[in-house]
Amino acid sequence: MSPSTFRKLEVAMPWLVIGSSLAIWEAAVRLFAVREFILPAPTVVVNALIAFHEPIISNSLFTLMNTLIGFGIGVGVGLFLGIMIGSSRLVYAGLYPILVGINSVPKAAVVPVLVLWMGIGQPPAITTAFLLSFFPIAVNVATGLATTEPELEDVLRSLGASALDILLKVGIPRSMPYFFASLKVAVTLAFVGAVISETIASNDGIGYLMLQAASQFRTALMFAGLIVIAAMGILTYLFFVLIEQKVTGWATRKQDVMMTGG
Amino acid sequence: MDKPAAPDFVDIRDVMLRYGESGGTVALDGLDMRVGKGQFVAVVGPSGCGKSSLMKLVTGLQKPTRGSIFVEGSPVNGPLKIVGMAFQNPTLLPWRNLLRNVMLPLEIVRPHRAQFRAQRKKYEARARELLEVVGLDGFEARYPWMLSGGMQQRANLCRSLIHEPELLMLDEPFGALDAFTREEMWGILQDLWMERGFTCIFVTHDLREAAYLADVIFVMSARPGKIINVHRVDLPRPRTLQSTFDPAFIEIVQKIRNEIAQVRQEGKTRHKAGGS
Ligand SMILES: Nc1ncnc2c1ncn2[C@@H]1O[C@H](COP(=O)(O)OP(=O)(O)O)[C@@H](O)[C@H]1O
Ligand SMILES: [Mg+2]
Repeated sequence: MSPSTFRKLEVAMPWLVIGSSLAIWEAAVRLFAVREFILPAPTVVVNALIAFHEPIISNSLFTLMNTLIGFGIGVGVGLFLGIMIGSSRLVYAGLYPILVGINSVPKAAVVPVLVLWMGIGQPPAITTAFLLSFFPIAVNVATGLATTEPELEDVLRSLGASALDILLKVGIPRSMPYFFASLKVAVTLAFVGAVISETIASNDGIGYLMLQAASQFRTALMFAGLIVIAAMGILTYLFFVLIEQKVTGWATRKQDVMMTGG
Repeated sequence: MDKPAAPDFVDIRDVMLRYGESGGTVALDGLDMRVGKGQFVAVVGPSGCGKSSLMKLVTGLQKPTRGSIFVEGSPVNGPLKIVGMAFQNPTLLPWRNLLRNVMLPLEIVRPHRAQFRAQRKKYEARARELLEVVGLDGFEARYPWMLSGGMQQRANLCRSLIHEPELLMLDEPFGALDAFTREEMWGILQDLWMERGFTCIFVTHDLREAAYLADVIFVMSARPGKIINVHRVDLPRPRTLQSTFDPAFIEIVQKIRNEIAQVRQEGKTRHKAGGS
């Protein structure tokens, strides 16, 4: 295989896999006459997508909004906590175990508590999205700060740099690639959080829509909801991958940056 | 070019340095060292003997457990702002181009930091001039990771000199470079030193490098480190690679090599006898 065909094949691979999976799925459902409320064929799911596009769109926008608000708060809090943990050993000692504890609680178990405090709908959805998304951001930023070379710290301290100087000139810029790398993970988790909360306690949102569909055995609609969630997740993920590449080109040390740099 | 400069720009007296509580590693013990203003001195010794620790003491980054250190007549109790430092790892910031990397100290050190915005043009010119001296003109807009190790280390030298320090502390700065690049760096550093007249303390384990660059070579013992011998290198300046074939040069290098071989041997037997 020549290198160029290999590269073409490499690009085509995900589509080939998706396409053939769908084909096998469709064929299997028809061949074994699987009943629709157990597993609808892809074509049936597409039909459901089209037929119910209005509620699907309005509910997914609602979910998207909750996700992004929760994610936004998560970015602020995660960044702040990451900087605190990464730059002070005392804060690290005090907070890190608690954060790990908070992170290891299954968020589905927290939603009922949130509902008790905030009622159903948007507030617990936003909060759950926040709770899931801030942690990877905080951990990544703290890790990035920890990569500051001790020699460089010596150089700057010998010039009379304060801890804040070092944080601003070196620590924070250095942790930015870690921060942007964490955003794509965090935004996917924020989606998970919002949908979990909507499934448990909401009258709106794609999670609620799917729960309704399930209770009425409209399996095709459930699958349509799943596809929409996946699509939103992938798109936001790609969005933050793009931002990451734009903002922190120096961290990937790409050849093409080298060309334009001269 | 003999420099009978005013003595004791750096004055280290009977210094002991222990890391951690009593029972911790004693890195240096009974260390005495004097460096005249404008002198270029090299410190050589087996690895782990406390050379880097010595650098930290002189720059005030580390407090001695016992003994005292004076720079320019005043005791050192905290980071000194008149020093520049460079290490083996160039530690340039990958998100800054060379020019902005070199200017970093000016954003930190007083009084420059207060005038940094207002005087930016002037400082930029100063940085460009330094980069030119080390042969990096035309590379100001490049990012560090686009450059070879030798070029990065030259930029690192510029960064350590941009605030015109009176004392330059170099800790094995050329240790990671290939032999040819390293010898090229000797010439560059010597030029900078002859032109600017700062005092330089240079840690290395390359004895030819020490003999090429230094007026005085301090030989340290194995840990806990102290100065066990001092050699003057009275070769004329500027020295060139040709100087390294001078019999006097070769003799000094041989002598120090034997001394270090001996302290390493002693260090090993002491280690065995101590049973630790
Ligand atoms: N921050 C530190 N804490 C504890 N021990 C240290 C520290 N820095 C250096 N040491 C120890 O002190 C000794 C001297 O180290 P160093 O000054 O780096 O030697 P050199 O630069 O000559 O190789 C070594 O045994 C090293 O392990
Ligand atoms: Mg060392």
